Amino acid sequence: MRQAVLTGEHFITGDVACAEGALAAGCLFFGGYPITPATEITEHISSQLPEVGGTFIQMEDEIAALAAVIGSSCAGVKAMTATSGPGFSLMMENIGLAICTETPCVIVNVQRSGPSTGLPTQGAQGDMMQARWGSHGHYEIIVLSPSSPQEIFYQTITAFNLSEIYRLPVIIMTDEMIGHLSERVIIPKARAIKTVSRPRPKGRKDRFKPFKPGPNGVAPMAIAGEGYNIHVTGLTHDERGYPDMTVEGQDEMMSRLTGKVRQNLDDIISTEAYRLDDADIVIVSYGVSARTSLAAVDEARKQGIKAGLLRLITVWPFPEAQIRRLAKRVKGFFTVELNLGQIHLEVQRCVAGIVPTFLIGHPGGTIMPPERVVETLRARAKIT
Amino acid sequence: MNQVNKQIKHPLDDLLRTDRIPHIWCPGCGIGTAFSSCLTALKSSGIDLKKTVMISGIGCTGRGAGYVKLDSYHTTHGRAIPFATGMKLANPELNIVVFSGDGDLFAIGGNHFIHAARRNVDLTVVCVNNFNYGMTGGQVAATTPYGIKTTTTTKGNSETPFNLPLLAYASGATYVARWTILHARDLTESIEEALLKRGFSFIEVLSPCPVNYGRRNKVSALDTLKLYQEKTIIKNRVHPMELDIDFERGVILGKFVDEEKPTFMDRYDKIYRPMEPMEEEQAL
Repeated sequence: MRQAVLTGEHFITGDVACAEGALAAGCLFFGGYPITPATEITEHISSQLPEVGGTFIQMEDEIAALAAVIGSSCAGVKAMTATSGPGFSLMMENIGLAICTETPCVIVNVQRSGPSTGLPTQGAQGDMMQARWGSHGHYEIIVLSPSSPQEIFYQTITAFNLSEIYRLPVIIMTDEMIGHLSERVIIPKARAIKTVSRPRPKGRKDRFKPFKPGPNGVAPMAIAGEGYNIHVTGLTHDERGYPDMTVEGQDEMMSRLTGKVRQNLDDIISTEAYRLDDADIVIVSYGVSARTSLAAVDEARKQGIKAGLLRLITVWPFPEAQIRRLAKRVKGFFTVELNLGQIHLEVQRCVAGIVPTFLIGHPGGTIMPPERVVETLRARAKIT
Repeated sequence: MNQVNKQIKHPLDDLLRTDRIPHIWCPGCGIGTAFSSCLTALKSSGIDLKKTVMISGIGCTGRGAGYVKLDSYHTTHGRAIPFATGMKLANPELNIVVFSGDGDLFAIGGNHFIHAARRNVDLTVVCVNNFNYGMTGGQVAATTPYGIKTTTTTKGNSETPFNLPLLAYASGATYVARWTILHARDLTESIEEALLKRGFSFIEVLSPCPVNYGRRNKVSALDTLKLYQEKTIIKNRVHPMELDIDFERGVILGKFVDEEKPTFMDRYDKIYRPMEPMEEEQAL
């Protein structure tokens, strides 16, 4: 047996740090399927989960992996799965099930280059829009993006906490570079780690309405075997959980599902500003690209360009208000990402033409060299 | 004065979400009978119903979870079994019944079925086989007999159907049976037996679908029931190889497999959570 929180100083990869973050958060179930470059999360947690009283299972595919995770969460345990592009595509339908049934769970996507099998061993950030919109229908979801093994440890805990508080799947969009990067990771004492569990129902069991929201828009969650006789369905349903095939029913459920995120943006959204106070030019970036952007900001400053970095820790919901505020006082935005323009489109939308917006992107396979960021800033500085 | 119009309570009402009745099943459909057998078995088995869960996928039979007054989960198409696997592993005290149709469990969900059977996850899977996709209007299924007309095989099905008990047996199920909705008593007993059995249990229930299957092949619900009466034979313990469905030749019903094997959880606990530290030889 071991403690869930592996207090101490470690030199581990982002993937292992992610698995340790899950254990520290109280994860007791992992349904997995091997895929490069996320396999190390699955391998590490497979050996460690039983040591903390949890259960690991390698399912027959990623569809089953997420289905099992949702099933286990409905039985009351914190649960996670980890994958990469092709597996993430297979999980899309069940992400919708978790959204619709308001089942907490954590999904990690260690991104590799796509489309299709792509470059399996080389990173990218090409699934950012898929994380937002990949399952059918309209919904809100929470997506985090860590920039280091240390951060992935903490973000995994945050992901569990947010998923439990808001009863929805939370996705960690990391990338092959962070997943396979070994760095120092400090794990604090267990009492320094704040973990949260889903709201639970009180009162008479026969009168309980499983989808009647509480004060923050989230309904308390009854779990299987507690005697509430709940019905949970992926069909549009009312507060009793019963299918409701009406336009009004759809409208009501959708306001509930989207409202719990939209009404709590301040609690959910987290960003980090670097040298932004006096910046003329804002670099918007996340994950591994935020690391190269950091170097680019310092180099650009040396060359007389007043650049700053807005690092997205929460990518979805998008920090729209913050971008809008910045747009009023800066001269331009540059989005640095390992794709051909995904978060860039979102920045463009929020800036709404007030100042120019540019993409510094490439389709993956390697990190974005800081030199290329600086060169682009220099070339465009005249325009801005 | 006595109350004349007092509603008579159905003996299964306490297991039904009566506020969701009427159900969606068509007149002549056999799912209701299979469902009723399942509820009767749940009651008579004496298992703790508070710790009992019904999980369904998508389709006509998949609506079962919506009518049972237990903790019940209506999941994605084909994924009831992996959902149930996760739930059972997270809380092994739960009794889990997967109640779904042939399209859901054996076409889109076929891979999950064979793997759950192979792992011997302690689940009871009841499959209502009506030989077609009823919910979507009667398309060909992995169980549709050769030559049968459906909306996607307008000149007759050119494919060979699965022999479901054989598939279950070959995949490692510890309990395998087949009944029809006409054999409601045998079916109920069989479901009860499966509920009380540790391990992966599978029961196939043959059922008419007069509206979508019957109509295109000129068989009424009554014709199908006659077939079930006249063209079936009960042969327990027969080898599942002999269980191809051919109503010309006769269809075999009965219990074919009833074995004891360690479940997924038994073995996982033994290897990964031993009560005492494992001896070296045991570990090997």
